[in-house]
Order: sequence, then structure tokens, then C-alpha cells
Amino acid sequence: MVKLLHQLSVGEIREAYLNGELTCVGLVEHLLKRIDRHNPKLNIFLSMNDRAMEEAMEVDEQIAIEGHRIWDEKPLLGIPIAVKDNFLTKGMVTTASSKVLESYRPHYESTVTQKLKDAGAIIIGKTNMDAWAHGSSTETSQFGPTLNPWDTSRLPGGSSGGSAAAVAAELVPLAIGSETAGSIRQPAAWCGVVGLKPTYGRVSRYGVIAMASSTDSPGVLSRNVDDAALVFKVVAGHDPKDATSSPTPLSHMDFNKEDLKGIKIGIVKEYLGEGVSETAKEAVMKAAGKVKELGATVEEVSLLDPRYAIGVYTILQRSEVSSNLARFDGIRYGNGRENFGEESKRRIMLGTYALSAGYYDAYYKKALKVRTEIVKEFEKVFKEYDLLIGPVSPGPALKVGSTKNQPMFGEIEDRLVEASSIAGLPGISVPMGFENDMPLGLQITGKQFDEEKVMQAAKLFQEHTDYQHFPKLNDDAD
Amino acid sequence: MKAAITQDEVKKIASLANLGLNEEELKRFPSQFNKTLEVVDQLNEIETKNVSETAQVTGLTNVWREDEIDKDRTLSQLEALDQAKESHEGYFVVPRIIE
Repeated sequence: MVKLLHQLSVGEIREAYLNGELTCVGLVEHLLKRIDRHNPKLNIFLSMNDRAMEEAMEVDEQIAIEGHRIWDEKPLLGIPIAVKDNFLTKGMVTTASSKVLESYRPHYESTVTQKLKDAGAIIIGKTNMDAWAHGSSTETSQFGPTLNPWDTSRLPGGSSGGSAAAVAAELVPLAIGSETAGSIRQPAAWCGVVGLKPTYGRVSRYGVIAMASSTDSPGVLSRNVDDAALVFKVVAGHDPKDATSSPTPLSHMDFNKEDLKGIKIGIVKEYLGEGVSETAKEAVMKAAGKVKELGATVEEVSLLDPRYAIGVYTILQRSEVSSNLARFDGIRYGNGRENFGEESKRRIMLGTYALSAGYYDAYYKKALKVRTEIVKEFEKVFKEYDLLIGPVSPGPALKVGSTKNQPMFGEIEDRLVEASSIAGLPGISVPMGFENDMPLGLQITGKQFDEEKVMQAAKLFQEHTDYQHFPKLNDDAD
Repeated sequence: MKAAITQDEVKKIASLANLGLNEEELKRFPSQFNKTLEVVDQLNEIETKNVSETAQVTGLTNVWREDEIDKDRTLSQLEALDQAKESHEGYFVVPRIIE
């Protein structure tokens, strides 16, 4: 079956460019038309790059002049990509989906988007998110929620909901997101795409509007693991502008293993507990069977109850948020603090409270100590196991409106991925099945800096299963 | 730590955080806060008397750089002021805080 342009993966796009079957202008034009058609309903893009066609023309010229070699220099040349609106992009308004930054024009470029541009990617537009990344639904965006392309009465998850939906709706082949605790992996699961959250410190946070500085991790949403790996290699690496970025070198990452022999995988018992749907549990057990078939040893492991991770994350995130959002004074740029939405006000205030005199020890310090316990526990588990698996989310995407009057919505939804985020570990979400026709995601988590093993396992799992699908959109002419 | 937050405390916190709250929010926030604090209080079930704190997980400490100006990372005065609500002869104008 001949693929339509929006169904091509990065590798396929590259091949089509090289074979002269496709021009960048042709691809970008096709995607822009598609976005025009579907964005009004899905509300995925908040703003578009009005230079996209110009950049596409420049790409076609470059390919004509330099040929194949150019991809060694620019591995993402001519690849259209969407970027979550908390990454500063010079020349494009950046809002973090908040009225405070409604017309903010960044004074500098984020390292991630600079690296993408240097690698030849074309940023198509900025995607909707929970305002300030404060959520797990994209419903707290002050510019309206994004709708799940699989079922527009449902949410795409969050906070990188726009980016996940952009890939699921096949408006772009790739998108950039960020995760503090679930914000890449959960929308990836709810939208049925691949979501990679690298180890904390792997990808520079310079120019990313800060949420919780000790856990924020830029990452990728994609159609398959290979594409995620390609972007990861481009954006990862030490950045002198980010003092928390790690000098640990990337491993080679060629992913040519054909099986998982010698790999020991733990299924986390506590991630299959109360509140997780039966369908999700069955899908995880089926996935466990699949990786066993591929040669891995699979055993049950036990970790700290997720409710402690909720407590730690709630305090840490809100404390760091109260500090990070103090800079938005409405004096030097942006609009005044009265423009913060309710969820953001709640979080800032709880953080202020947790850090205030008399409560600092009881809340913030206590959370930091429990964090140590969580980190130590993972270190222990990873001495024996290579990878951990479980569901990303207790169930499939919830309906629009589910977050109203639910002050702890995000924390409870993300409880299966918070611990690994708190410990800064790398994790990926890959589709593992469906529940009532809505996608479910499998989480594969590895030890610190071990993205290679995580992605190798995810890639093999995808290659030996058939869960990676894309929804048919309404009014789809093609 | 069993703390029940009152409307007065919410007012105080809001002022510390430089956030205005309307009547409705003032009514609603205390019980929402308390719900959140209940969840957080569960942390007391874990013994941490002799446990050290982990503020961040990179293992890095004191990352240094040369004390040299990197022109790529500085903004000119004009650039810095270009989105200010109010500026005056090259300065940001701020709300009066001293009478």
C-alpha cells in the first residue's frame, strides 16, 4: 500500500528525498494543509512558523547542491517537527499556554530548538500544553484543551498533550515535549505514540520554561523508536549553559540486537495494583510474555507504594514551581500575575506554603529525604534487573472535563511514572494495546543514563507486535 | 504534621506569593489545599530519621565556568527593555514600594 505523505516516518522521508520522490516543499505544503483542516477542531497548534515554506525551499536547494552527504552533517534535514510551547523559540511567540506569556517574544533560543535547527529540522509550529506544564491532561491550557485525535470527546493527556496529539493525528512525524513526572510518557500512552523521556540531565533545559528544575526533562514524541532515537542523539549532550546537564557521554546506540537474551526485566507489582484497569493489567502481562519470547527473563519486583511518590512529587514540584514562577512579574515582560489560572495559583501557593518558615522541614526536607529512599531503591533494583515494565497510566484517555475540581488529578494519574521521574531515570512509553478502542501505553524504564537498553527493548517490542496505529480523522479527504 | 489551612492562612500565603485571589477562590482553596496536604502527610509513614536529602540526582556539584563575558548570551539594554510594560530612559519602571 502506498503511504501518504503524513504517514511517513523520518527514515522514509529521508529516503524519499534522496530518491527524488519527494521535495521538502511538497511535504511541508501537504502537512500545512492537513493542519489547516484539523487544527481548528483538535486545537493542537497554538502558533505556526510562518517561515516554514521558505525554510522548506532552502532545504530543497541544499539537497540539490550537496546530495547524500548533507545528512551526515544535518541528520534532521527537511524533517518537519512540532515543539511544545514551553521551549523558547526566537522569532515565534512562546506562551507555555498561559495568558501571562500570551504575547511573549523570546529573547533567546533554547538549546534543544537550536540543535534541531542546526540539524536541519523545520519547526512547523508550537504545540498546546497544560499551562506552565501544570497538569496531565492539557485541559489547564488557558487557550482551550487539545482534543484526543482518537476520540475528540477525550483528552490527549499532558502536559505535552499537543505534541503527542500532533504525532497521533499525523500532522507532523515528530514532536518535542518535556516531562517532569509523566508529561511525555502519559500523553504518548493516551495518544498511542512513542514517548521518550531521557535521563534527567541528558538534554539541556536551557531555554525551557522551568517547572520543577530538579526533574524537568526535554524529550521526544514519535511514530516509532528509531525516530525517537535519532532526535535524542541530536538534542542530548552536555550543555555549558545548563549547569545540571550531564557530561556523561552517550553510548553508541546502534540497536542491532535481534533479541533480548540476557536481559532481565522486572514487572513492578505495585504498578498493577488497585485503580489500574483490568485491560491495562492484561496488556502488561501480554507484553511480559512477548519480551520473554524475545529471550528476556521476566520476574515480578516490588517497589515502594506509588502513593509515596505522589507525596514527594507533590511537594517538590510545587515548591520548585513557586520559586520558578516568581520571576513572572509582568514588569520586565509578559502580563501580570493576576493572569495565572487557578491550577497554577494553587500550585504556586502550595509550594510557597511548603517552603515557608515553620513548614520547610516538615514538607520540603521530608520530601527530599523520601526522594533519597526512592533513588536508593531503584539503585538496588537495577543491580539485579536491566529494565522495569508496567502500564504508563491506570487506564486509557479520560473524557474532556475530567480534571474539573480535581486538585490532585495529575499526581494521581501519573502515580505509575512519578517515582522514575523523581529519580531522574530514562523511560519510554510504547503502545501495548487498546481499551475500548483507545490506546494503552507500556512503560519501559532503565537505570540512569541507560537510554540504549530502554530503546533497544522498546524497538524490539514494537517490531514484534502490531499496536502502533494512527486514528482516521474526520473529514479526511486522503 | 496535621495542618488544616484556614482562609486567613490562604490569604497570607497568597500575599507571600504575590497572587491576588477573588472571593470565590478564597472560599474554595482551603479545602482543596487540605485535600492535597492529606496526600502529602502520608510521607510521614516512611521513617527518614537518618536519611540524607537528595535535592537533585545528577551527582554534580559546583559546576564552574570561566569568568568571561559570552556576548552570545548577553542582551543589550534595548533588547532587555523591548517588552517592558513601562520603561523610562533605559530603566524598567516598577510599582512604587517606598513612599
